Amino acid sequence: MSTAEQESIDAARMAKKLNRQHMADKLFRFTTLGFALLVLAMLAAIIASLIYGAFPAFREFGFGFLTSTDWNPVTNKYGALNTIFGTVVTSIIALAIAIPVSFGIAIFLTELCPVWLKRPLGTAVELLAAIPSIIYGMWGLFVFAPVFSEYIQPFLAQTLGKLPIIGALFQGPAMGIGMLAAGVILSIMVIPFIASVMRDVFEVVPGVLKESAYGLGATTWEVVRNVVLPYTKIGVVGGVMLGLGRALGETMAVTFVIGNAHKISASLFNPGNSIASTLANEFAEASKDLHIASLISLGLVLFLITFIVLAIAKLLLIRLTRNEGART
Amino acid sequence: MNTTPASTPTSPAAKIKVNNLNFFYGSFQGLKSINLEIADRHVTAFIGPSGCGKSTLLRTFNRMYDLYPGQHATGEIVLNGKNVLDKKQDLNQLRAKVGMVFQKPTPFPMSIYDNIAFGVKLYESLSKAEMDERVEWALKKAALWDEVKDKLKQSGLSLSGGQQQRLCIARGVAVKPDVLLLDEPTSALDPISTAKVEELLHELKTDYTIAIVTHNMQQAARVSDFTAYMYLGEMIEFGVTDEIFIKPKRKETEDYITGRFG
Repeated sequence: MSTAEQESIDAARMAKKLNRQHMADKLFRFTTLGFALLVLAMLAAIIASLIYGAFPAFREFGFGFLTSTDWNPVTNKYGALNTIFGTVVTSIIALAIAIPVSFGIAIFLTELCPVWLKRPLGTAVELLAAIPSIIYGMWGLFVFAPVFSEYIQPFLAQTLGKLPIIGALFQGPAMGIGMLAAGVILSIMVIPFIASVMRDVFEVVPGVLKESAYGLGATTWEVVRNVVLPYTKIGVVGGVMLGLGRALGETMAVTFVIGNAHKISASLFNPGNSIASTLANEFAEASKDLHIASLISLGLVLFLITFIVLAIAKLLLIRLTRNEGART
Repeated sequence: MNTTPASTPTSPAAKIKVNNLNFFYGSFQGLKSINLEIADRHVTAFIGPSGCGKSTLLRTFNRMYDLYPGQHATGEIVLNGKNVLDKKQDLNQLRAKVGMVFQKPTPFPMSIYDNIAFGVKLYESLSKAEMDERVEWALKKAALWDEVKDKLKQSGLSLSGGQQQRLCIARGVAVKPDVLLLDEPTSALDPISTAKVEELLHELKTDYTIAIVTHNMQQAARVSDFTAYMYLGEMIEFGVTDEIFIKPKRKETEDYITGRFG
């Protein structure tokens, strides 16, 4: 065989091989694309079925569904404002407590914690996230609520309750269960999520970057405030959003302690209701079509709230980035 | 202290005196009884193969190792008449006096202006005008002013690698430290940026005491007045740069600088 022939055989073999690889690559690309599209399809399907199911309620009540506080299955009148209020308020309470606490946990774990304590403490935070929500609910109702009504609520009423304006939030009967209790339980539930995300993102800050700041004579707080936080802001906001997502949608634990009363009260001590707990409480017993449609509408509203929250988070990030100075 | 730098680095005043310094990473000894004097307002270069302890030595001067548990030093490092290894030494104050520039540029995630102002704000309260002036002064010192003066509000991360490194030098200079530590400041830079940084060192040494770690022998020869050759945690030879490079006293030093090492 001449060398020229040999070469052409080699070339053909090579071309065949390349072709095969090319095909495999294509196959791989389409497979992954298919999986990714599956997510979009699911999302679209869920939105479509929510809208379809909610349609009768919106046809009946129109926009008033969102602004009415009248939720009464007996008279077949449904308004969502009570539950929207309950959902948003309990989530705000949860975040107001959880963000500073989680931040403290994450900073301690990444910057200040002695090595021997790092692992046990980190694991404890993660385990807290693994506790099923029904257990939080039971614990909240049987253990936390009595303590809360016995000691904490009277204390809050005596101190914050006496202040002008915000005092109204901390008045009324100390029953234990109510909006504030639900918010506190929620905060305990979301702390592990926010704290572990924050810890993970704080850990990826390059050592030399922190050293440069320490090298200028900055204290730990100054390094965290001016270097670590700006560097990790996307992750930190992401962690908070993860926590908020859980707080907005949390069902069982909230149902146990929120009191399940369809009303809006000024005081956080009073019972309220959230979208998720309303759904959990009433879906099984809803027999009227309009009741079911209204409950599905509530689901759609919850979905919209999460969507709006995500959009706000994105806007916030864009603004934060702008403050730091343009990259180009 | 001598007010004018000696034209020939024969016996300038010492800014830092290192006496019998030992350093430990846990149980591993990274530095072995180092004795050394770093001359005031001169450039001292540290050369040697990777892992020889050059960077470790540099990091003892501002006690950067204190950030990491398990690392400790014994002996004495005397700066301005005080032992910086003393437990009572205030670390933030020390680090404000001993600036450091790292191998990779580390601009903070903020604007160019704020990158410089950050360190200054920690210890001085300047008016807006004074701060503007200081920022301009530091950027000019680092030969970066002309390139960034129209975009001070942009992110420090928007600059090129060489510019970022000069920004880091400007940041270190802005707080007016006594000593500037440079840990392989040009190893990630292209030759043009490297030349700029080297030129800069030449100017900065009229005001600052500079210690530089480098893997580049020519660079050590070009920028430094004194050179220390280290190997396996020991100071093999230390002296005037010209002598080290032209007629080293020790065979090991000669082998290393002529590339016959190993």
